[in-house]
Amino acid sequence: MIETLTNIENPILKVRNLSIAYETDRSAVKDINIDIESKAITAIMGPSGCGKSTLLRAFNRLHELYPYIKTTGKIYLNEREIHEMSTVELRRKIGMVFQRPNPFPTMSIYDNVIAGYKLNGIKLVRSEYDSIVENALINVTLWDEVKDSLFKKGTFLSGGQQQRLCIARTIAFNPEVLLLDEPTSALDPVATASIEDLLVSLKKDYTILLVTHNMAQAARISDNSIFMFMGELVEYGKTETMFTNPKDPRTEGYLTGKFG
Amino acid sequence: MVIIKISPLLDNTKARDKKNKLFRAFVIAMSFITVIPIILIIGKIIINGIGQINFNFFVQTSPDSLQAMTAIATNKVIPGGIANGITGTFLIVLMASVMAVPLGMMIGIYLYENQGRRYTNLIRNTSEILQGVPSIVLGIISYLWVVRNVTKGFSAFGGSVALSIMMLPLIIKSTEETMKMIPNEIKEAAFAMGAPYHKIILKVLIPTGLSGLSTGILLSLSRILGETAPLMMTALGSSIINFNVTKPTSAVPLLIWEFYNDPNMVNLVWSSALFLTVLVLTLNVLSRRIAAKIKIGIKK
Repeated sequence: MIETLTNIENPILKVRNLSIAYETDRSAVKDINIDIESKAITAIMGPSGCGKSTLLRAFNRLHELYPYIKTTGKIYLNEREIHEMSTVELRRKIGMVFQRPNPFPTMSIYDNVIAGYKLNGIKLVRSEYDSIVENALINVTLWDEVKDSLFKKGTFLSGGQQQRLCIARTIAFNPEVLLLDEPTSALDPVATASIEDLLVSLKKDYTILLVTHNMAQAARISDNSIFMFMGELVEYGKTETMFTNPKDPRTEGYLTGKFG
Repeated sequence: MVIIKISPLLDNTKARDKKNKLFRAFVIAMSFITVIPIILIIGKIIINGIGQINFNFFVQTSPDSLQAMTAIATNKVIPGGIANGITGTFLIVLMASVMAVPLGMMIGIYLYENQGRRYTNLIRNTSEILQGVPSIVLGIISYLWVVRNVTKGFSAFGGSVALSIMMLPLIIKSTEETMKMIPNEIKEAAFAMGAPYHKIILKVLIPTGLSGLSTGILLSLSRILGETAPLMMTALGSSIINFNVTKPTSAVPLLIWEFYNDPNMVNLVWSSALFLTVLVLTLNVLSRRIAAKIKIGIKK
């Protein structure tokens, strides 16, 4: 039987019988049951097309953008079913960072960080915005690099800086959970290392769900790992245990480079 | 491994090289021939039109036939200008844009957001058919709708309605194409912040696509600036500067037509044509510059 690590105490997220289908009768994600540990990094890994990004995007109901995607099952955030929350509230609590850095191209660095407030029509006084921007940029270790050019366009930054800006934009809203969809796959090794350090330092405040097809990255920074294959959850456990002693032959095959 | 040897008989590199050069020369010659008419047209307009271009040309209204005849008889420059046409064109085109731009952009965004639906395809096809309708037919339609029933007489507003119908399909098309060029990630990023739909359109999609949208607007403007036929049936023309939208109003292309029908005013035909051509060319170049300058999307 599949190990699902459902013995976590006070999980922040609980997934029950979650299936996601792009076409009828063809599920991209099949019947997932997992609990996610609070204030820890959980890596979701697996070969391309295994449904890891699809699973991640279910947590903030991004699939609802595309009417043909059918989601069934339940996800609880702190014991509340997310499909019964408003998307505004949910997405405020669960922020997302994408594969390719995507700062809003027409906005300055400053405006990008507070974009969540601006787009949701939350009006604050200037000094409050200033402190939000400063704190968010300090948290992503970008402050020293951009403090003199806060009003320049965010797209003039390097790829790694842009991605840190996107993380700043997400944590500026002070979410409980951070979803990251292969955040380093478009970056060079130096930028990747800085993002990884950043994620480790952010885990004391946020629950992080990280999709990656880079096994080494999962091994370096995650506390728990989920291995998915062909839409199924194959194995879920402590990262150390899974990498040293995988229980499922498919996990072992992936980790030893037999496929994927 | 098998090594394939090419026999010397099959090695026709030199002949191919020759063919290549021949074809290249042919293509260059042909492209040059295509450019010749454009150079001839612009050259003719400039040579014949430049003599009448002076300060008065832009600030005075068009002269009557007698003034022109006297001027020609005494070998002077024809007095007066095309101020009534310039202001009229400005008024009619501005009003047409005010009607067509917001509506066309809304339809374009709707089409982009609802790709592949039957209703979407119907709207898109209808808009493409509208683009094929001859402008004089739109003039007749506007005459029936506006001139006969709304303003009860020839009016600038009637001309604007006809021109705005001409603009619509162009704006719809360029808006939809611009929206398609915006990377999906940008839209998803806004959605992932829980932003409501109208905010995403107004604060993310439209600003991001602004260069594309303004290019489309400028191109559609340059398209309608030279329209004459629909204005003949609606705005009619006027010898005074008029800003009342319910009254007959002149426009530069209308003036060209009037000048053409008066043997004394031939010189003014050329200078008005020069003015209109320069205006349209400027808009075209400007829209190209904008499109090239601001690239949509993420730095790669």
